[in-house]
Amino acid sequence: MADISDHPRETFRISMLLYDARYRSLTIQVVAAMLIMLFLAQLVDNTVTNLAVLGKDISFSFLWSTAGYDINQQIIPFTSQDTHARAALVGILNTLLVAVLGCILATVIGVFAGVLRLSKNWLVARVMTFYVECMRNTPLLIWILIVFAVMTEATPQPRDFREGGTAAMVFADSVAVTNRGVFIPRPIWADGSGIVVAFLILSIIGIFVLRYVARKRQEDTGQQLPVLRLSLAMLIVPVTLAFFAVGRPITLEYPELGGFNFEGGLQVRNSFIALWLALSLYTSAFIAEIVRSGILAVSKGQTEAAFALGMQPNRTMQLIILPQALRVIIPPLISQFLNLTKNSSLALAVGYMDARSTLGGITVNQTGRELEGILLLGIFYLITSLIISSAMNFYNSGVKLKER
Amino acid sequence: MTSTSKVAYVRTDMLPEQAPPPGVAGPVKWLRENLFSGWFNSLMTILAIYVVWSVLSGTLPWVFNGIWDAGSLNECREIRDARGLESAACWAVINERWLQMLFGFYPTDNPVLARLFYAEELAAAGGAEVVFGGGFNATQQVEFISAMKDDVSNAAIFFFGYWRPLAALGLLVVAVAPVLYSNLPRSLLIFSLAYPFIAFFLLWGGSVWLPVLVALGLLATVMAGRYASAFVGSLGGLIVSLVVFAIIFMNPLGAIGVDGLFPLLPQLRGALDGVMPWGLPYTASENFGGFMLAIIIGTSGIVLSLPLGIALALGRQSSMPLIKWVCVSFIEVIRGVPLIVWLFTASTLLNYFLPPGTTFDLLLRVIIMVTLFASAYLAEVVRGGLAALPKGQYEAADSLGLDYWKSMRLIILPQALKISIPGIVNTFIGLFKDTTLVVFIGLRDPLGLTNAIRATSEWNGIYWELYIFVGGLFFMFCFFMSRYSMYLERRLRTDHR
Repeated sequence: MADISDHPRETFRISMLLYDARYRSLTIQVVAAMLIMLFLAQLVDNTVTNLAVLGKDISFSFLWSTAGYDINQQIIPFTSQDTHARAALVGILNTLLVAVLGCILATVIGVFAGVLRLSKNWLVARVMTFYVECMRNTPLLIWILIVFAVMTEATPQPRDFREGGTAAMVFADSVAVTNRGVFIPRPIWADGSGIVVAFLILSIIGIFVLRYVARKRQEDTGQQLPVLRLSLAMLIVPVTLAFFAVGRPITLEYPELGGFNFEGGLQVRNSFIALWLALSLYTSAFIAEIVRSGILAVSKGQTEAAFALGMQPNRTMQLIILPQALRVIIPPLISQFLNLTKNSSLALAVGYMDARSTLGGITVNQTGRELEGILLLGIFYLITSLIISSAMNFYNSGVKLKER
Repeated sequence: MTSTSKVAYVRTDMLPEQAPPPGVAGPVKWLRENLFSGWFNSLMTILAIYVVWSVLSGTLPWVFNGIWDAGSLNECREIRDARGLESAACWAVINERWLQMLFGFYPTDNPVLARLFYAEELAAAGGAEVVFGGGFNATQQVEFISAMKDDVSNAAIFFFGYWRPLAALGLLVVAVAPVLYSNLPRSLLIFSLAYPFIAFFLLWGGSVWLPVLVALGLLATVMAGRYASAFVGSLGGLIVSLVVFAIIFMNPLGAIGVDGLFPLLPQLRGALDGVMPWGLPYTASENFGGFMLAIIIGTSGIVLSLPLGIALALGRQSSMPLIKWVCVSFIEVIRGVPLIVWLFTASTLLNYFLPPGTTFDLLLRVIIMVTLFASAYLAEVVRGGLAALPKGQYEAADSLGLDYWKSMRLIILPQALKISIPGIVNTFIGLFKDTTLVVFIGLRDPLGLTNAIRATSEWNGIYWELYIFVGGLFFMFCFFMSRYSMYLERRLRTDHR
């Protein structure tokens, strides 16, 4: 800052460590480094002493001992005879499941609400404002508890679905909403279903190739291909053909009432639904605000310029407004995804078995390894966050305005 | 003019103004433009009306047919059936338990209540000295108090039994007002500085000399530093402050085995307590609960996290690699892990990290954790504001010859903080809402109390009324904060629009 290079160089004096801007930062950093090291040393020393007093050590071997508890929602098979490490993995997968589904639903509702809040229709805009303000200004925990209470208290019992009962299944008798969870059809994968799935994956790859070819062609010749129609056809036709050619390998098993509860089908637990819906509704209010401010951030001159060039309104939206709005929308949107993932640790409130409840909950309580358990849990969340935020930085550097 | 006036078919007098046709003015025009401007818009309107109607028709009768006077949920249901209502809210639970939802198990000031509203019975029992001063044993006292509370209305208990938290809240408004509204006299800020000590005394009670001496000690530290820096420079002033602080609050000679001389504070306190034993009954943190707890944690977190967050943001921008690295890792680690894990750390793991034998209040631990958590988020918000300032501002401050702190205080931060107001307030709202999470580590926050109320036999199975009450309280506070941030944005806007 205050470097005067042509000044005759003074000999170094001790006082320059404090009063010379060139050396002062060095002094400050050395002092800070010493203080930090002192603090960390104190921390480690305290921890070691305290653990020694309690007769404990730091060891992660508990991860390989038998867990001895059940997890009511498993994406990979798990029994109480499996290890704590596998229990943690099941919990982590459950966290990721609710986080991914939550992000999808929250984005859908959020974009919908954000766009509607900008609607010229007075009533629709007011209704959406009310929704957004209600969601944003009340704690998430209340919403989780409310949705959970709705799911467990306001839904019919399975026995109400009997002949002459008060409740009925919806969607052509395929889905039953009960106070023990929502029962949906379960897909049964017979031999040959792998071929159908392979066709599906191939079609999706094909669609990406098609889009690339279409863009190239438009840039070279100016001709446009009907990309949307072609992609839809590519998505549906080969898979359908394969499905029937192999002999309909994938069937659905419908839930049926047997005895006191539904049998067959897939039971989606109320804890999962409550967490998923509440997280999505809550986050969607924030996403709605982000979408709204993103669209408002594109100046009106851009729309007018596009109209002046003779563009149609939907082409204007697609080619002028959205690309500019997305640059504003995507970074805070991704940090909302991050928030949703971290908020999924509130699963504890409804007994959903996520990473916090397995690794940081039952495992810790059973083994008494708080330090190690919480450390692993923290590392899991930290890694997830860092992955998501580095994806965001990657995107940001790609769409950044190139200025001087 | 004259030539045209002679022509018979030219009108010479003005026609009176006519009302515009009904379609282009007034409510009809408004309806047309805002609700029915096209088929799609009309469809949306009809859909919205349907949604609003179906929601309101479901909830409004339930809300307004609500039963306010009942002793239990079953009684509520009986009253509802007797009135022939299909559904009715049971607001009686709020009516009966609202004090508990607000204050948790914070003790009421029973002597005050007894003197004000139960004077005859108090006199019959032998006066306050006997009942509260040791003449009654614990059981008799509890019986007397519960009999009194049955007779005294909830409103009276609210105003006079809980006068301590209420006074703390009222003074909070006074203390915050000069910070929020700049047209109030600046001298009120002195009260704002004194407020934390007053609030501590009102809420926790105990000897009045502890907060007074801590406040005076801090004042002495600051004044000594200021006074000394006039003679021995700013570094010398800092050292003098540290020495004064150590003498008052710590035992600087403890390492060489001289005990009993320092710190000054407990010695002074002991002396003053002996001469003037003034104070309020002590209330332990375990008794704090309800919405009061949310406000205490939220307010302390907000007040403490702002300076820390700004410091972290400045540290992250620092040109010194070590400082920058430390701030970045602190911010990222705190932000990367959910608050609930941090709270769990505070409640179970903190004892491992502290010197052996140290224990301190769970509430204090929670406040520290919430503060650290919010400050990391604030740091990112403030960093955004700092980054949004044009580089010319930094260069202009440097070229004026301002040193780092002056340029930050006078040029950079006022502008950067102004830009980041919405983000800062959003962080505060988030912090306030997150205070509900303390229920997971065993503090009695409003949501935890709803569980406690539901666990009683009278109110087993009651959900919506309690959630609506708690949610409504939170909504009020958060909505006020967001509206205030809008007001502040408008007022601080210096560009001409």
